[in-house]
Amino acid sequence: MSPDSAPAVQELDQEPDLPAAHASPPGLVALFLAFARMSLAGFGGVLVFARHAIVDQHRWMTADEFNETFALCHFLPGPNIVNLSMVFGSRLRGIAGGVAAFAGLLLPPTLIMTVLAIIYARFGDVDVLRRVLAGVSCAAVGLLIAVVFRMMTPLLKRMDAVALILMLGVFAAIGVFRWPLQAVLLVAVPVSVGVTYLLRRKVAA
Amino acid sequence: MSSQSPIWALISTFGLMSLFAVGGAAAAVPEMHRIAVEVHRWMTDKQFADAYAIAQLSPGPNVLIVTLIGYAVAGIPGALAATLAMCLPTALLAYYVSRLLSRPGQSRWPGLIQAALVPLSIGLMAASALILARSTDRNIAALLLTATVAVIASVSRANPLWLLLAGGLLGFAGIV
Repeated sequence: MSPDSAPAVQELDQEPDLPAAHASPPGLVALFLAFARMSLAGFGGVLVFARHAIVDQHRWMTADEFNETFALCHFLPGPNIVNLSMVFGSRLRGIAGGVAAFAGLLLPPTLIMTVLAIIYARFGDVDVLRRVLAGVSCAAVGLLIAVVFRMMTPLLKRMDAVALILMLGVFAAIGVFRWPLQAVLLVAVPVSVGVTYLLRRKVAA
Repeated sequence: MSSQSPIWALISTFGLMSLFAVGGAAAAVPEMHRIAVEVHRWMTDKQFADAYAIAQLSPGPNVLIVTLIGYAVAGIPGALAATLAMCLPTALLAYYVSRLLSRPGQSRWPGLIQAALVPLSIGLMAASALILARSTDRNIAALLLTATVAVIASVSRANPLWLLLAGGLLGFAGIV
């Protein structure tokens, strides 16, 4: 897919699709601005806003296309929403579109974070700010626990013993023993992929 | 660039880490903590917890905690270097893989690998929660606040931002 090729969406769609679902592909500036807007709206995570903007508001993708793109970005390493911006932008406008969406997603919040870093470096020891941040930290950890709980629920419902053991193993290795991530994943990923492959073959047989 | 330069340390650290950060930013938090607090001693435990809180409270992807770590290490150039190192390599990888997978006949493996990675991601995120809780929940009130937010966020669709602000207010009032 070259940057100046015809709208890439049609090339990638193998199955017939409602033509109404796609407006004409946006220009590079429009992509940059759209991702800047969803990024700045995205308190506590950008995904919800990205989905709304891409699927509902601009109709650049159907809901299914969005889920497939997101699934791909979730299974690849790195920040999912950042991966999504690059993959999505490049589907519409080639690599230049990917870079435009990537820059739109990251540039404005990075500037904000840099300003906050400067403020923290100067005033981080002020007592009121310390207290407020302590409270926010507690709530932030609570939110993280809730996400973990929500993600665990399907495994618990299915009584998926293998997945639960893998999960606990990684939790203990990283959280309790503090082993390096690389070492843990170099063992855990092949084991998990292998077990999943064998289990699926058994189910299929 | 000298290998002793803090900028180079940031780029190599976060560039490599991003490639192992399966499951997104929250899964990478334990490794960020290990590297920034324990290995390089770039920041204290408390500063790391603060950085996580600021990143949660700010707009944009939560991975931007690396911007704060980068700034603590090497000022504005450090902030930009850490952000790009964490985000660009995997975004390019995603770009190439998505092109590869858009060819027909490749549909079986993504689903299988994804299913295999889900429990590992959850384990990593649970580890993040444990590590952050250790540095934030230093008293009963703090522990209660964390537990209450966890329950509310689990059973309702409350906007996370309000819960964070409520935590900030309780902190401001000196309760936590």
